[in-house]
Amino acid sequence: MQEGAGDPGLYAYHPYNARRKIVWPGGKSVAVWVAPNLEYYEIDPPAHPKRKSWPRPHPDVVGFSHRDHSNRVSHWRMAEVMSRHGFPGSVSLSVALCQHHPEVVADAAARGWEFFSHGIYNTRYSYEMTEEQERAIIEDSIATVREATGQTIRGWLAPALTHTPRTLDLIAEYGLDYTCDLYHDDQVQEVKVKTGRLASIPYSLEVNDHYGFFVYNMSGREYAETLVRQFERLATEGEASGTVMCIPLHAYLIGQPHRIGPFEEALEHIAKDGRAWIARAGEIVDAWREQVG
Amino acid sequence: MSTLPESYLEYPRRREGYDHDLYQWSNMHQRPPVRWPQGSVAVWLCVSLEWFPILPAGPFTAPGHMVTPYPDYRHYTARDYGNRVGAWRFLEAFAKAGAKASFATNAAIAERYPELVAAVIEGGHEVIAHSTDMNGTIDSTLGAEAEAALVSKAMERIETASGVRPTGWLSIARQQSFATTDILKGQGLTYCCDWVNDELPWRFANGLINLPLNHELSDRQIVTVQQKSADSWAESMGDAFDWLTREAAASGGGRMLPIHLTPYIMGLPYRIAALEGLLDHLAQRPEAWFARGDEIVAAWEAQT
Repeated sequence: MQEGAGDPGLYAYHPYNARRKIVWPGGKSVAVWVAPNLEYYEIDPPAHPKRKSWPRPHPDVVGFSHRDHSNRVSHWRMAEVMSRHGFPGSVSLSVALCQHHPEVVADAAARGWEFFSHGIYNTRYSYEMTEEQERAIIEDSIATVREATGQTIRGWLAPALTHTPRTLDLIAEYGLDYTCDLYHDDQVQEVKVKTGRLASIPYSLEVNDHYGFFVYNMSGREYAETLVRQFERLATEGEASGTVMCIPLHAYLIGQPHRIGPFEEALEHIAKDGRAWIARAGEIVDAWREQVG
Repeated sequence: MSTLPESYLEYPRRREGYDHDLYQWSNMHQRPPVRWPQGSVAVWLCVSLEWFPILPAGPFTAPGHMVTPYPDYRHYTARDYGNRVGAWRFLEAFAKAGAKASFATNAAIAERYPELVAAVIEGGHEVIAHSTDMNGTIDSTLGAEAEAALVSKAMERIETASGVRPTGWLSIARQQSFATTDILKGQGLTYCCDWVNDELPWRFANGLINLPLNHELSDRQIVTVQQKSADSWAESMGDAFDWLTREAAASGGGRMLPIHLTPYIMGLPYRIAALEGLLDHLAQRPEAWFARGDEIVAAWEAQT
C-alpha cells in the first residue's frame, strides 16, 4: 500500500457493470465458501499499546470461556452440520491452536478443510510491528501449519484484523495467494503489491456471525434468513457476473444450541439450490485466476 | 516507530493444553455419556435475585446497576420491582409447571426480603450464593484477601438469614479473579456457575465443579443486550431445546439447557406469558428434566 497517502492504493476501481463475466466450475453462478475461525485467545496476554485484549481485568472469565466453548463443544457441532451438507471449511486459524488443541486442528484437517493464517493468537496484534517482527509471524504461521497439517498456507486474515502498511506486500512476497482483509467487492479482485500477485477474496463482515449476533443483534433465525437472502441475491446476479459469497463463522457463536438448528436450514437451502459452487478459498482464487490471468 | 518489545513475539505458554492451569481441556462429544434420572435434557432454571444499593461501589459496576447521577430512583426501583413482583410471578409459573429451580441470591436479598427467600425454599427450590449485594463484584483488582473476606461474609450472611448454606456460587457478571476458585473451594462450596465454556458440568484442577450457566441463553443477553422480544427469546429457547434433544438422542448422552432469568426483565407483565408458555411447552416434553443446579451436579458427579 501507499503508506501515508489518503488513498492507500490497494486496488484499481472497476465498475461492477463493466467487467468480464466469471464462470465458476459446473457453470455455477456463485462460489460459496465457509470460513470458520478456529482461534485461541490467551487468558493473560501481554499488553499492546494500541489495543486492549479483554474488557475486564484478566481473567475475563466470560470473554475467555465463551471462546473456549469453540474448542470443547461447538467446533464439532458446527463442523458436523457443514459436513452433512457438503461444505468444506477454509479455516482462519490462530496457528498456536496447533499447539494448544491439536485435536481441533486435526478434526478440521481430517474433513479436508483448507487452512490459512489468522496470526499466532487472536490476542496478539500486528499494529506497530517492525518488518522483522511481521516476517516472524508470517514465517511462524507457514512453518506451524505445515508441521501440524502438511498444508502450505495460501491466505491471510490478519490477527484480530490488525494490519501494518507492509502486511499485504509481505504476504505476497512469501508466496501467499489471497487476503481476506479487504471488503470492497463481491468478486475476487487483484490487489496491488510490490512483488508477486495477490488476490482479494470476498470474506464478509456484514454476514459474519459476529456481526449478525453482536452488531445487528439478530436471533439465530434472523441470521439464517440473512444468509439465505445474501445467497439468493448473489446467485441471481452471478448469472451475469460470477459472484462470491463467504460465510465467516465462529463456533462459539454459531454453534450455540439456539442458533445451530436455523443455521443448518440455511446451509441446506444453499446446498439444494443448485446454483452454488461450494468450494474452498484456494479453489475459488485458482478458478478466478485461470480466467483473468 | 515501533514500540513493541521483542517479548511481544515470545509465547512462554504456547504448549499443549491451555495457557493456564485452572482446568484441563476436554471435548464434550468424546466424554462417556451422562444419564439423567429422567429425560435426556436437564432444564436448569436459574433466577438471579439482586439488590442494587443506590450508591454503586466495588471493583466494577454490575450489569443493571445505577445509571443516572445520584439519586437514581429510576433504576433503583425498576430493579427492586423484580424482588417485589417479578420473582413472585416466577414462583407461581414454576409451581404450575412442576419445575424446581435455582435462585442465585444476594445475601442482602435474604436479609431484606425474608418472605421471598422463605417462599423459594418452601417451593423446593435451591439457593445459590450470589455475593453480598450487587456491589459485591470480584475481579483481579480486588486482591485475594479482600475477595476471600467478601465470599466468606456472603456465605455467612446467606446462611444466617435463610437457614441454608448454599453449595453453589454465582459471581456477579460471572467475573472471577485467578484466586476465586480456590477461595470458593476453601469455603466448602461444591460448584460455581461462572465459566461458560461447556454445556455439561466439569471439574477444576482443585476439585471445584463448574456448572456452566450459558450467558448467551440469558434473558439479560437476549432481551436487554440484544433487545429481542420475549417471544423471540422463547423461540430461541425452544430451538435450543429441540437441538439438544436431537443431539442427546444421537449421542446417547444427556444434555443441559440452562435458562438464566432475571425477575425485573422476564417478570414484567408483558413478558411473563412468554416464560409461562415456554415452561408449559417444556413440561409436556418427555425429554425435559427440570432440575436444580445441585441436582444436576449430583447426578453428574455420581457418574464421573
